[in-house]
Amino acid sequence: MQVKIEHLTKRFGDFTAVEDFNMVFDDGKLVALLGPSGCGKSTILNMLSGILPSTSGKIYFDETDVTNVPPQDRGVGLVFQNYALYPHMSVLENIAFPLEIKKVPKEERNKKAEEMARLVHVDQYLHRKPKELSGGQQQRVAIARALIKQPRLLLLDEPLSNLDARLRLEMREEIRRIQLETGVTTVFVTHDQEEAMSISDKIVLMKNGVLQQEAGPQELYDNPANLFVANFLGNPPINNLNGYIKDGYFVLEDESGKIKINNPNVKEGQQVVMGIRAESVAIKDGDHDFEATVKQRYTMGKEELAFLNIGNQTIRVYLSSDYEFKEGETVFVKLRDKGVFLFDKETGVQI
Amino acid sequence: MSVKKLKRETHPDYIFNRKYEPLIYLVPFAIGLLIFTIYPIINVVIMSFKEGYRLSGNYTGWGIGNYQFVLTNKDFLSAIKNTFIYVLTVVPISTVFSIIIANLLNQKVKGMAIFQTAYFLPMVTSSIAVGISWRYMFNKQFGVINWLLGLFGVAPIDWLGATAGQAPWNIVVIIIFGIWNLMPFTIILLLSGLQNIDPLYYTAAKVDGASSTKIFTRITVPLLAPTIFLTMIVNMISAFKVYNEVIPFWSGKAGVLSNNLYTMVYWIKETFYSKLRLGNAAAASIVLFLIILCFTLLQRWIQKHFNY
Repeated sequence: MQVKIEHLTKRFGDFTAVEDFNMVFDDGKLVALLGPSGCGKSTILNMLSGILPSTSGKIYFDETDVTNVPPQDRGVGLVFQNYALYPHMSVLENIAFPLEIKKVPKEERNKKAEEMARLVHVDQYLHRKPKELSGGQQQRVAIARALIKQPRLLLLDEPLSNLDARLRLEMREEIRRIQLETGVTTVFVTHDQEEAMSISDKIVLMKNGVLQQEAGPQELYDNPANLFVANFLGNPPINNLNGYIKDGYFVLEDESGKIKINNPNVKEGQQVVMGIRAESVAIKDGDHDFEATVKQRYTMGKEELAFLNIGNQTIRVYLSSDYEFKEGETVFVKLRDKGVFLFDKETGVQI
Repeated sequence: MSVKKLKRETHPDYIFNRKYEPLIYLVPFAIGLLIFTIYPIINVVIMSFKEGYRLSGNYTGWGIGNYQFVLTNKDFLSAIKNTFIYVLTVVPISTVFSIIIANLLNQKVKGMAIFQTAYFLPMVTSSIAVGISWRYMFNKQFGVINWLLGLFGVAPIDWLGATAGQAPWNIVVIIIFGIWNLMPFTIILLLSGLQNIDPLYYTAAKVDGASSTKIFTRITVPLLAPTIFLTMIVNMISAFKVYNEVIPFWSGKAGVLSNNLYTMVYWIKETFYSKLRLGNAAAASIVLFLIILCFTLLQRWIQKHFNY
C-alpha cells in the first residue's frame, strides 16, 4: 500500500513537533524515519497509526483519506519500543490477541498465530510468558502480533533500541527479512544512522520537525542536501573545515592553505564549510591540496584513524595501516572527488 | 616496636559495630512488639486453656472446656454464621464495586479530583457517627431510603425493626454499611494498582480495535489481579472482625431482637467485658484467629496459582 502525506503539521501548544511534512512511502518498501531525539519522527509515526491526531494536513492510504480514521480502522500493525506484550498472556495468546478482538474462532486464530510465530522464529516458545523470553524474542513476538491481522502498513517505533549491540545487528537483519518475506509497506523510526542505512530502501531524515532530505541510504551518504545531513550520517562523523571562497579557491579561515574549486555555484567571498568524509583523504607527495601535521593515530585493525591538524583545524581521516608515519610529522594531503562537499556556512545548504 | 595499623574493615571495633549496632536500634521497637503484641497473643492462648478463669487471676484448672463451651454455644454459633454471611457478601460486593469505580476514577476527566475526594470521605469520617445518621436514613417511617424506594412503588421496608420475632433486614443494613465502609480503602489501593499499568497496553489493544469492555476484562482486570487479591485479603481480615458496623443502629445492641445480629467480635467483647467470662472470650478469639488464618492461606494459595 502506498502512503501519501500532505502538509502534515503537529503542534503541542506553542511547540511545533512536525512542520509541513510531505512524503510518499512506496508500496512494499522499508522506510526509515531518522533523526535525533525530539525531531518529530515518532510524532509522524503516531499520526500514521492514528494514535495522535494531526493539527493539519492529510494522510492517504492509497487513494483513501485516513486523516480522521481511528487507529483500529486503519489496518496498521504497530510495534512499540518496549514491545508492550501483555505480561499475563502466553506468546501464543499475545500473537493471537488482535484476532481474538476480531472474534476469530479460537482454533483458527491459534493456527494463524502459530504460522506467524514460525515466520518470526519463536514457534518453540508458544506457551511461555513474555518475561521468560529474551529481548530479541520479545521483539519477534511483538512483530508477529503486529503482522497477524495482515496490516497494510507496519509501523515500528525504535524497534532495536532496547536490545544490546549484538542482538541489534541480528534483529535488524530479521526485520528486513520479515519485511521482504511479507512484502508489507513498513515505516520504522530510529535515531541510529547505521541501523537506518543498513536495512532501509529509503531514509527520511528529520530535524526539529522539518524534513531535511529523503533518499536511498547511499544517495543520502554520497550527496547530502545540507550540513546537518552530512554531519548526521557516517561514522566517524564527517570533517568540517571552515573557510571562504576567493578567486576560485577555497581558503582555510586561518589562511594556512587553499584548494582549487571546480564548482560554478560558489560566489566570491562566500563563507563556506567544506565537508570531508574520513575515507576521502589520501596522503600523497607532490600533487597535494593541504599540508597537515599528524596529531594522533589510532589503529583499528584493518586501517588506521588519524587526527590531522590543518592550520588550526583538525580532521579525522582513515589511512591504510601500511602507511608509516609518526606523530608530529608533516604530511601532504590530497582530497578525493567523492565524499567532499561544500556547504554555505549560513544556510548549511550544499553548494 | 612497630605498631601494625589495622584496616578499617578488619578492626575489631568495626566488626563488633557492624554485627551488633543494628540490634541496638531495633531494641525500642522490639520491646514494644513484645509487650503489646507478642505477650497478649501468648496470654490469650494460655487464657483459653484455663478453666473458670476470673479477673482476679484465679482459675480452677487446665483443659479445653472453654472451646467446648464456645463451640456449642448457640449465640456464638449464630455469631459465626452472621459473620460468615457478612464477610462473604461484603468483601466480594465491595471489591466488584470498587474495581468499577476505581476504573472510572482512573479516567482523565475534568473535575475528577472532586470525585476522588468524595470516594475517600468514608475513610476519614467516624463510622459510628455516620452509622447514627444512617440509622435515621433507614428508619421505616421517616427514612430517606424508604422514601426513595417508595418513589418506585416499593412498600416500606422495616430495615432496623422486627416483625413477629423475625428481623431479616437487620443484617442487610449491616452489609450495606460494611460495603460502604470498605470501599474507599479498596478503591484507593485499586486505583494505585491501575495507575501502575502501562498505558501502552491499552494503546496496543486500541490500535487492534479492542472495545473498552474487552480491554477491561482481558487486560485491566488480569493485570490488576495481584492488587485485587491483596485488597480482598486485607478486607476479609477486617470484615471478619466486624463490630463497629453493628453498634450504631440499635443503641449498642446487636440487632433489634435479643441480639439476633451477634458477630464474633461482638460476642467476644460481650463475653469478656459484660459477662467477665475471660476464658470463653479467649477461646472464641482463637477460633476467630484460626478461621481468618485458613482464609488467608487459601487466598494466598489461589493468588500463587493465578498470578501471571
